[in-house]
Amino acid sequence: MSTILIFEQLLNGVQFGVMLFLMAAGLTLIFGVMGLINLAHGSLYMVGAFAAAAVAGLTGSFVLALMAALAAAALLGAVIEVTVIRRLYDSDHLDQVLATFALILIFSEGTRWLFGSFPLFLDIPEALSGPVTLPGGIQYPLYRLALIGAGLLVAAGLWLLIERTRLGIQIRAGENDREMIAALGVDISKLYTLVFALGAALAGLAGALVGAIQSVQVGMGEPVLILAFVVIVIGGIGSIKGAFIGALLVGLTDTLVGIFLPEVLKLFMEAAPATSAGSAIASMSIYILMSLVLIWRPSGLFGARA
Amino acid sequence: MNRETLFNAALLLGLIAVPAWAVIADEPFTITLATRAVILALAAAGLNIALGIGGLVSLGHAVFFGIGGYAMGILAYHAQSYSSLMDWPLVIEGTKSMPVIWIVAMIVSALAALVIGVLSLRTTGAYFIMITLAFGQMFYYFAISWSAYGGEDGMSIYVRNDFPGLNTLVPIQFYGLCLVVLLLVLLLSARLRRAPFGLALDSAQAVGLDPMRLKLVAFVISGVITGLAGALYADLNRFVSPTMFSWQLSGELMVLVILGGVGRLFGPVAGAVAFVALEHFLGGLTEFWHIFLGLILLAVVMFARGGLTGLIAGRELRHD
Repeated sequence: MSTILIFEQLLNGVQFGVMLFLMAAGLTLIFGVMGLINLAHGSLYMVGAFAAAAVAGLTGSFVLALMAALAAAALLGAVIEVTVIRRLYDSDHLDQVLATFALILIFSEGTRWLFGSFPLFLDIPEALSGPVTLPGGIQYPLYRLALIGAGLLVAAGLWLLIERTRLGIQIRAGENDREMIAALGVDISKLYTLVFALGAALAGLAGALVGAIQSVQVGMGEPVLILAFVVIVIGGIGSIKGAFIGALLVGLTDTLVGIFLPEVLKLFMEAAPATSAGSAIASMSIYILMSLVLIWRPSGLFGARA
Repeated sequence: MNRETLFNAALLLGLIAVPAWAVIADEPFTITLATRAVILALAAAGLNIALGIGGLVSLGHAVFFGIGGYAMGILAYHAQSYSSLMDWPLVIEGTKSMPVIWIVAMIVSALAALVIGVLSLRTTGAYFIMITLAFGQMFYYFAISWSAYGGEDGMSIYVRNDFPGLNTLVPIQFYGLCLVVLLLVLLLSARLRRAPFGLALDSAQAVGLDPMRLKLVAFVISGVITGLAGALYADLNRFVSPTMFSWQLSGELMVLVILGGVGRLFGPVAGAVAFVALEHFLGGLTEFWHIFLGLILLAVVMFARGGLTGLIAGRELRHD
């Protein structure tokens, strides 16, 4: 096994992790500020991907497609926050789970009704297609490299937003003491809508970016949603930093174990059973990682509260 | 007799009357639908123990449903192909006997519930929901990658398994068997609730018992019942596949309980009957019936907190 392959897989893991971060950041922000567990976050991811695929199909422009994804997801997020989610902040988690599960049913079937059951395809933009040669002679797809860059840029932007802006101060205050910021004259319901729309936009962006390397189809959001939950459990609910580290851990573990475990097992076993056992164990690897973190730290690596 | 008892009795009489009606109206398919409802009710009754008695919002109960299904699938597969499950250190053969399959399904479910419970119960609230959901997904992907037993395609079993004294291929007999199992489980849940155990769960901290251990026991019992339901469900369809482990299934089990009314003894039954009826009638009208299911569910969560039982029988008197 060559170092080039290892490096390539490392990059794949980082790319996967960075995209998971976009999902997990929104979820953890929404949970941290509003105390809401949102299963419909995967639907916003899907809506972003479909909006991008539809606009790219009409206009041929990837930039417009991304903007459409952001706008569609943010708008839908704001609409469901005002109509449904807002009523759930004071409910228990059970009601939140059910109402957002209901939203998944509505959005998934609604999308199937609008676009049909066949997957759509979103092409990688011309300027970002093809491989690029990295130092050391490694050939790597330029688009995936751009995904890593975009994800890191968004992470940095989010950090700036939360640490350095007025809105960020309000968000942080909202995580700590809701009544206090309402008493200080912040329009709390507007703040909540804004946070929810922001989280939704991040999910929509992730959907559109990943949609270009996978097919865009109904139900694409939920597997990513559940991975994002694993990320949050590992990182600690409510912590953006935890979401970032957790996402990278999950992305790297999933990619690296899937590639290398069968190879390692081949040293001890015959090739065919090694491949099947390796892939079976690899499919469980991130959940094993999650269990280990739970045993060690039940409230996650950076979780303040259980 | 209060309204809830009346409602439960009506529901029960309805379930008992289904075969008679199916014969008179010459609609044999109704029995299959009713069997599906009864088995789903059983699975949801399992979840209801974790949810209603233990207060545990488990979004991963498909794990146990799938384990039950695969216990049936694997044992019956080896029986129909005359191969052994394991040769070393001891020989294990497949079987077509339902009671044996049920016991295996329940034991494996109990072990899985124990491990998942010990890990998940280290946390509470939203963490618990996410973790149980994640474990569900773990089993789902494991089943997909387990190529020896059909992988993504699942397995078909050609003949329904045997139960002593019954011809399980006759729909009415299989339905009767499932209904009896459901009633036994409901009886057990009713006893659990009234037993010192159920009371202790409600007030564990007040009386100084270890709530974590009680919750773990509730979670394991809950998983065992849902596992049993999985074995029956696989026998109904004579087919198992990774979808029995899917998160959608976990969500649907949750929906059954809520639709019927959380913590109500007959809630899961009411929920399952309503769900299967909706699926049958709305599903016949439109391919996109899940949209309507979603809208109904939203309405229940936002306006009818007690579910169907609550709507019909009024608010629960018992304070919890």
